[in-house]
Amino acid sequence: MPDALLSLHGVHTHIGPYHILHGVDLTVPEGQLTMLLGRNGAGKTTTLRTIMGLWRASSGHIRFAGADITRMATPDIARLGIAYVPEAMAIFTQLTVRENMLLATHTGRFDAARLEHVLALFPVLKQKWHDAAGGLSGGQKQMLAISRAMVEQRRMLVVDEPTKGLAPAVIEHLIAGFRELKATHTTILLVEQNFHMARSLGDGVAVMDDGVVVHAGDMATLAADEALQSRLLGLSLASHQ
Amino acid sequence: MTRVLSRDLADRWAPHLVLPVLAALALPAMAFSSWVTLTLAGLAMGMMLFLMASGLTLIFGLMDVLNFAHAGFVTLGAYLTVSMFGALSGLVAADSLSLNLLALGAALLVAAVVSGAFGFAFEHVIIRRVYGSHLQQILITVGGLIVAEQLIVVVWGAEPLHVAKPEALRGSFIIGGAAIEKYRIAAVALGLLVYLAMHLVLNRTRIGLLVRAGVENREMVEALGFRVRRLFVGVFIAGTALAGIGGVMWAVYQELVTTAIGADMTILMFIVVIIGGLGSVSGCFVGAMLVGLTANYTGFLAPKLALGSSIALMVLILLWRPRGLLPVAK
Repeated sequence: MPDALLSLHGVHTHIGPYHILHGVDLTVPEGQLTMLLGRNGAGKTTTLRTIMGLWRASSGHIRFAGADITRMATPDIARLGIAYVPEAMAIFTQLTVRENMLLATHTGRFDAARLEHVLALFPVLKQKWHDAAGGLSGGQKQMLAISRAMVEQRRMLVVDEPTKGLAPAVIEHLIAGFRELKATHTTILLVEQNFHMARSLGDGVAVMDDGVVVHAGDMATLAADEALQSRLLGLSLASHQ
Repeated sequence: MTRVLSRDLADRWAPHLVLPVLAALALPAMAFSSWVTLTLAGLAMGMMLFLMASGLTLIFGLMDVLNFAHAGFVTLGAYLTVSMFGALSGLVAADSLSLNLLALGAALLVAAVVSGAFGFAFEHVIIRRVYGSHLQQILITVGGLIVAEQLIVVVWGAEPLHVAKPEALRGSFIIGGAAIEKYRIAAVALGLLVYLAMHLVLNRTRIGLLVRAGVENREMVEALGFRVRRLFVGVFIAGTALAGIGGVMWAVYQELVTTAIGADMTILMFIVVIIGGLGSVSGCFVGAMLVGLTANYTGFLAPKLALGSSIALMVLILLWRPRGLLPVAK
């Protein structure tokens, strides 16, 4: 088992009067793709936002690459090497595709070879390079959001439901993109409701319910155990391919 | 498809056509020489309005702060002109355009630096505490404006003060029967210069890219590793410095400075920002020109309607485009 790059211990998060996370324990091993599953409202997005410091953990500890990031400001967390792709994609619609990508570089310049590699994954972005991002389709916006997270070498990608609302053909394209990314041993924490994608990509898996992680282990084990799937998720992965 | 494309083009270009259409509509209603005079006067007034309101739209657009104390920085710029022109009276009274421009340039520089410094302190002491609450922002910045005006009375006194227009910028050129005030030409030139500078900074620099992104989605800019807070402070300083510059130009134009010189412009500044679309520099520019032209045309054609012309213009624009002419996506 590789060392943990990110770990959460007993993390609680309150949003206003609401107690959303009730002591989340989660480990993301270095170089692996960990899927975070669970029904709507289980606390997956809150977990990602708490990791990024966008919502502050009220108690517990979050460690990344040996550093305690629980109380760090969001920009400092990002600068440690975590790229975040939120559920709403958060594309800057009035900026061009190029400008959106440029924002993710800390020097203000592209690494030509890396950019070429990223654009090879999603060639449509190359065609739309100087177009306003607001004019892209939903799938293209998601490709841009993911490409933006990849345009510089990051230690970890945190991605929230990238397939939400996308057509099956676009989802297959995204899966291919993530598979390429996996091959580079980038550590990824991926929230997903699409079980076909979860099974085909995940190395490890954590399942959340009511603000806590109720199961953590190998994806292969969960995928092979229909009874476990039914108990944890209320359905089997096989029936959702 | 063609219909969608033409609608998209109309949507994109229509806001830019409002200005020439307004000027063209006014032409048959008056003599050509009057039209030229009023159009240039309107554009000059619009440029000065743009100088005053551009900071307001930046601060509101990026920081979501309703800063009613913005007028206080305009007033500060106006009073600094009194002091600077007093100290440089030799340059102001000299019959040399370059010496006059030197005095005006010095006043603009001092007003920008001092207003920007006070803007930094104001953000640090007051605004920082009320981010996210419009009601608190309105209450505390209106209070800040009252305090600023009273502090100005302490330093400069309560009596209205005269500002001498630089010698070479007095009077008008008469071209083809149309009178063109020399000072208005200077105001148009400075307004264009500031607009071009803001346009270049916003569209050609990395800081501008971050500001544009921050206007649209502050949280995502932070998640990309940038400290939006520092950007906010920088924008606030720039916005208040622009208000100071606007104050200088307005004071010299009015030739009389009172503590209400900025507050009197508050309604017009907000109308310009709303017409243009909150947070949009280009929208602010077009909005300021529209307000300037409308005020001048109605002042000539129907003086009794002049007072309400800007509000009527805003109502018409908002009925057509509820988010303003060139809104920034949020």
